[in-house]
Amino acid sequence: MRGREDEWTGLMRSAMAGDDAAYQRLLRAITPVLRAAARRGLARAGQPPDQAEDIVQDILLAVHLKRHTWDSEAPFAPWLFAIARNKLIDALRRRGRRIFVNIDDFAETLPGEAPQETASASEVATQLNTLPQRQRDVLQSIAVDSASIKDTAAKFSMSEGAVRVALHRGLAALTAKLRDR
Amino acid sequence: MDTDQLIRTLAADNAHRAPRVGAVLTMALLVAAPLSILIFATFLGVRPDVMSAMHNPFFDMKFAVTLSLAIPAIIISLHLSRPEALMRGWGWLLLLPVGLLAVAIGGEMMMAPAMPMTLRMVGKNSRVCLSAIPAMSLPLLAGALFGLRHGAPSRPALAGALAGMLSAGLAATLYASHCTDDSPLFVATWYTIATALVTAVGALAGSKVLRY
Repeated sequence: MRGREDEWTGLMRSAMAGDDAAYQRLLRAITPVLRAAARRGLARAGQPPDQAEDIVQDILLAVHLKRHTWDSEAPFAPWLFAIARNKLIDALRRRGRRIFVNIDDFAETLPGEAPQETASASEVATQLNTLPQRQRDVLQSIAVDSASIKDTAAKFSMSEGAVRVALHRGLAALTAKLRDR
Repeated sequence: MDTDQLIRTLAADNAHRAPRVGAVLTMALLVAAPLSILIFATFLGVRPDVMSAMHNPFFDMKFAVTLSLAIPAIIISLHLSRPEALMRGWGWLLLLPVGLLAVAIGGEMMMAPAMPMTLRMVGKNSRVCLSAIPAMSLPLLAGALFGLRHGAPSRPALAGALAGMLSAGLAATLYASHCTDDSPLFVATWYTIATALVTAVGALAGSKVLRY
């Protein structure tokens, strides 16, 4: 457990220093932990587990947009679990239950859980369709068509800077929509 | 959208660097401050006898009290803008203005002042105090909430309350230079009521706008 969390902290430090691959590796590593916790939370609230992926994506977006509040001298896991708990409580409350979420939900993942599965969720996709055209195009190109920023810029005859701005604004708008829905 | 696609998209945005919460809060307060100062200059102004008042320790004490609220409130609100932050170990900072007031009240008691206690407490400016501090707080509160929105407070109402305290503390610092009631009893009564009011507004607003 310790080793895993130290690894996360190291990856996040590299990510903040500009290492995109380390960042992607970190997000992949935390996803199964978040997924297991979301399922447990839903199960305890008597909700079907199929909404877990929406919660996971919600948490990942918050992690991304609030990562400047992480202190690079501090361990990453407590920061992550605080965000995850907050988002999980929010999600369960929105589904009409007030529920106590235990921080241990996040700290203890069973070793046997399938680590690399990926799953689809509908809420992000639904909100994506309500974004302004330009942001939606850019997000879709990068997310769905796996295009790079450079290729996306060429495809829409935009500068790379403009693609980066649209990408970031799109992610921020998406998060705001998910929060305020 | 599948989670792997989302992760790839987030990684593509990794180059985006957001400023620190402290920087955004500072900028927002600097933008809001002129509005509060404008309210001050239009309706209140510095009291005419300010030069001689400065030799009165109880006049100076008012600034010590208001700043000992504003500065710790700024520090704590920045601390709370981190998601894993707890109030534990930080709350005592908010006792600083209370302690200062207690010392000042004790000091005044020993000095056998000219007016009876109740008159000093009621003062002449309580109405102005109760409207001026909240009015000058509002622009600062809006600025503080804007700045703190950049953070990720786990308890939005608490963070909003702190935003209320810091803006009330700053507004009261301005107001203190206008008000001719220097008795710590007056400060302990009316400044406190005004601050509580702004704190409540901050908590309410915070619970709505500081969720992330």
